[in-house]
Amino acid sequence: MNAILPNRYAMPDVEGRFGPYGGQFVAETLMPLIHELNAAYEAAKADPSFQAELDGFLTDYVGRPSPLYLAERLTAHYGAADIWFKRDELNHTGAHKINNCMGQILLAMRMGKTRIIAETGAGQHGVATATVCARFGLQCVVYMGATDVERQSPNVFRMKLLGAEVVPVTSGRATLKDAMNEAMRDWVTNVEDTYYLIGTAAGPHPYPAMVRDFQSVIGREVRASMLARKEKLPDACIAAIGGGSNAIGLFHPFIEDAGVRLIGIEAAGRGLDGPDHAASLQGGRPGVLHGNRTYLLQDDDGQILEGHSISAGLDYPGIGPEHAWLKDIGRAEYRAATDAEALEAFQLCSKLEGIIPALEPSHALARVGEIANEVGKGGDVVLNMCGRGDKDIFAVAKHLGVEL
Amino acid sequence: MTTARIDARFAALKADSRAGFVAYVMAGDPSRDQSLDILRGLPAAGADIIELGFPFSDPMAEGPPIQRAALRGLRAGLTLKGTLDLARAFREGDDHTPLILMGYLNPIETYGYQAFARDAAASGVDGLIVVDCPPEEAGPLSDALDAAQVSLIRLATPTSDDARLKVIAERTSGFVYYVSVAGVTGVKEAQALSVAPAVERVRKASGLPVAVGFGVKTPERAAEIARVADAVVAGSVLVDEVAAALEANEPPAPRVLAKVRALAGAVRGARVTETV
Repeated sequence: MNAILPNRYAMPDVEGRFGPYGGQFVAETLMPLIHELNAAYEAAKADPSFQAELDGFLTDYVGRPSPLYLAERLTAHYGAADIWFKRDELNHTGAHKINNCMGQILLAMRMGKTRIIAETGAGQHGVATATVCARFGLQCVVYMGATDVERQSPNVFRMKLLGAEVVPVTSGRATLKDAMNEAMRDWVTNVEDTYYLIGTAAGPHPYPAMVRDFQSVIGREVRASMLARKEKLPDACIAAIGGGSNAIGLFHPFIEDAGVRLIGIEAAGRGLDGPDHAASLQGGRPGVLHGNRTYLLQDDDGQILEGHSISAGLDYPGIGPEHAWLKDIGRAEYRAATDAEALEAFQLCSKLEGIIPALEPSHALARVGEIANEVGKGGDVVLNMCGRGDKDIFAVAKHLGVEL
Repeated sequence: MTTARIDARFAALKADSRAGFVAYVMAGDPSRDQSLDILRGLPAAGADIIELGFPFSDPMAEGPPIQRAALRGLRAGLTLKGTLDLARAFREGDDHTPLILMGYLNPIETYGYQAFARDAAASGVDGLIVVDCPPEEAGPLSDALDAAQVSLIRLATPTSDDARLKVIAERTSGFVYYVSVAGVTGVKEAQALSVAPAVERVRKASGLPVAVGFGVKTPERAAEIARVADAVVAGSVLVDEVAAALEANEPPAPRVLAKVRALAGAVRGARVTETV
């Protein structure tokens, strides 16, 4: 079991491609900038002092390593495989996003950049970016869809407290995709001093690889914890997918271990049979957006459709290119959970485990019983608890018809 | 031989010792028929070359004017196929004015590179500018366009150093579009002083005529650029005339064409004024 794949997995290639996916589809003005970024990242990766500095901040500031917790009551509820939570919701700022932000902010400073821009959907990446900018004294501008500004107001307030400027974006449906467009427009306008701190494992190369590398601390810790606790690897790893950064961070250190099932859960919104979902892998087809070729929700003319999910962190019409590749080669499996299923799982986890999950991992929670059954008793399933639900309680209350 | 129209037009401009005026309008803005009226009026109003934008839902390099124009085009139901139909309708009445399509890659990916190149050539399209397809990603598209003899026109920018210009100049023909400001369309104004040496560098690297765009808003600025470039592009100010016409409940073509006459007139007079 846990056989090593015959060919070592070394993706992306030098051109930033994962098979047909990935690449660098950006305006010419940005090409020299992403080449500069790629060179700076390669140099940082090869420099032990960079990794040592990052590790120091991850330990003392972020609070890593995060625990691997056996969710006994949830396990008993389903009566099948043991269900473990990777507790990334315990990180400083309450989600996995800061793993990546800490890596990129150190890189931005090495590059001499003084102004940081970011896009955010649920606001978790915006808060994490504002946090590291405050910590290192850099100017921070966060683009956020006006719709999301409204439904994630606590996070907007947090970002402002941290000294960031939050710019509401009103174009399109005013959600994450539109915020990303606006961040690209800022970047192309402020090429000298600005660093674009992308929050998910998507965008032009090197972002998908770089964000994955910074998030892979999740999977490396799971691997070490599981080996220490059970002297084996997990049988399955499961994570929610919007752009896919928490999932790829969990999956990546296990890709060569064929015995470990990797399962990503997309947002099925109001159902995959209608237009109101954000499941680009299961309901979209390949195309080019935001710097990379990947699966996209789009119409017959190649116009991008707006994703829908109860979770502002998942309603993005694209997906990181490495997930597109892992789907095509069959190394990872992709399923979906609806808004209603996520809401139910949100409540179940709160009641059984005393952990209020974010709506994003609630999608993975909605499928974890099914996976635990497939793996069976005696097996181990690891779910990435990638964020805590404090930010979502107002939205959830509204959906449940409760007035706060 | 569709690329011939572009080469012939620049040769004629050179013979006249003047810069050309390139008018950018959006297909389907504000409706299919009204945008055809605009297109048909452009050559007589002074447009030497036409850039016809095809709408995309996520125009990442555009400022608000062209974003809004794209939305109007999408609301009018203009697809990439509809844009090619529009090009064909224009070409039926004009066999000389070069027609360049400009937009983003995803609609072309969806259409299919080969099918698109074939249909574009058959519709009388001479060239293509794809904002989010840098040379590194353009190989398969270039192959398809070469086979159909449609020019792939490249963008050079203030961030392009000499090494980068060499990459940009490979496999390009017709002309090079110099984006005169780092930024999105229609926001910052180009500085003629910094444009002159940049145009010279691009010309030298590519051996092609250089059209300068982004941030050309007034006849004065158009004339300044016309003194140093082979052609001057204006777009945001033209699509803003469509918006203004809609607001005033007027037909858009007369307003757009009046603006074209003003800008094209300034471009035509620019070098004459200089020598007087």
